[in-house]
Amino acid sequence: MSDLSGLRRGHSYYEANARGRIARLLDADSFVEILGPAERLTSPHLESLGQPCAFDDGIVIGRGRLNGNPVLIASQEGGFMGGSVGEVHGAKLTGLLELAAKEKPSAVLLLLESGGVRLHEANAGLIAISEIIRALLAARGAGIAVIGLIGGVYGCFGGMGIVARCCDSLIINEEGRLGLSGPDVIETTMGVEEFDASDRALVWRTMGGKHRYLLGEVQRLVEDDIAAYRQAVTETLAQPVQALSLPGLEEEHRTLKHRLTRYGACQDSTEIWGDLGFDDPPQLPLLDIESFLQAANRVCRRES
Amino acid sequence: MTITALLNELFPSGHAVTAADGVITGLATTPKGEMAVLGTTDHLAVGVETALALADFVLEIVRDRPGLPILMLVDTQGQRLSKKDELLGINGYLAHLVKCLELARMNGHRLLTLVYAEAVSGGFLSFGLMADEIHALPEARVRVMNLPAMARITKLPLELLQELSGSSPAFAPGVESFFRLGGVQEIWTRPLAEQLNKALDRPPGGDSRREEGLARQGRKLAGPVSRLVTAA
Repeated sequence: MSDLSGLRRGHSYYEANARGRIARLLDADSFVEILGPAERLTSPHLESLGQPCAFDDGIVIGRGRLNGNPVLIASQEGGFMGGSVGEVHGAKLTGLLELAAKEKPSAVLLLLESGGVRLHEANAGLIAISEIIRALLAARGAGIAVIGLIGGVYGCFGGMGIVARCCDSLIINEEGRLGLSGPDVIETTMGVEEFDASDRALVWRTMGGKHRYLLGEVQRLVEDDIAAYRQAVTETLAQPVQALSLPGLEEEHRTLKHRLTRYGACQDSTEIWGDLGFDDPPQLPLLDIESFLQAANRVCRRES
Repeated sequence: MTITALLNELFPSGHAVTAADGVITGLATTPKGEMAVLGTTDHLAVGVETALALADFVLEIVRDRPGLPILMLVDTQGQRLSKKDELLGINGYLAHLVKCLELARMNGHRLLTLVYAEAVSGGFLSFGLMADEIHALPEARVRVMNLPAMARITKLPLELLQELSGSSPAFAPGVESFFRLGGVQEIWTRPLAEQLNKALDRPPGGDSRREEGLARQGRKLAGPVSRLVTAA
């Protein structure tokens, strides 16, 4: 990992905000925002509830370049209502994916940080996520690579967790969390016996980047450095785009079925990691990314 | 209404739809020909097994019955909330089902949905909401969350939410709200077989929910905002 375009080293993806991530991920000064804050496009529903609004409704979208390649990009702002999807937020993302099908950029980059549907406008948010999914899959159907990046404070949950797994390829850091129902939601609804949301170690080993990588749900696990994400996107762009196809989905079906058969009775991720062939599963969360990836590679070789 | 009564009303000419663990799959006969039927019963919480069972059927239809229309019958209380499901990556299982349905659409299968009982958040998102046309029975219950839970999580007073429910379909639970937002295209009156025939007669269109939401004044910004983006 020595050629991480050295100039931009050392900027945490986890800690950056939506605009900071875009600025450091793309080629310098290449980003041009679409419907930026100057348009004053805010949620009509928050206003009627007396809630504070954001001039971008918590998502930044636009065009830019990565190594000179034209890309479309969206970045959710976890700092505004947890990156939740409301009517305007969702329409901006859907519009961007529809623009991609028309404009055919080298890729669409989705910087996902969201708890899912924004409850203040729940029905509109749910339909919006369904529209995002349809537009995303239509963009993929048009041959566009859709690459998801995860690794912010709020993780990627709810309907956006489904959206993430509709992407061609995902990049995550160790701090990144990906799932459907967040720990708090499970604890509140099902009780602390089902899931103790205050047990951070449990949260990370169940929904965190390392587990998601080992299950094969994300393609790249990177250091918490925006330059590392940039490198991973560059590598992803060099690969052929995977269109939705019957053989591809049959293969995914077999994989998911195998996972359920093999691990359906597991109570904890450490059981799964032990079965994968790791000698000391409880140690995995403690390894730095480089050692972790080395260990994971050894196991994969042993499997094959 | 029960799934048996529903199937008999929808398909007076007969069907071979069977239920197992809250999942229904099978073929049915309509005056327009055969169609595939899938869905859930008993307010099923959609878990990883549900998603796989439904995806299995969709892949089989795409493989063996090219172009056959697919009807999705929805009764779900939402996604299953459990540590086990999260451990296995349930979001990926639901995304898999969604992708299988998109594959069916790409291959020329017509996708219709009828919400006949409950339709809630992630469970609804994983199949019913993928249809070209989404319909609901008048007595169906569509929502993301009930108002008391919403009040608790958003920390807004329940009285305020109840008051605004009258005027804002964006968060008031119910079929009528989803109709106004464009998320439900039509609320079906009986006889249901006739409604199904009419739906099968219409040519499939694209995702028209934003336009319908605008026309019905429930979602005034979704359509215009996404159009501004595609024109940028």
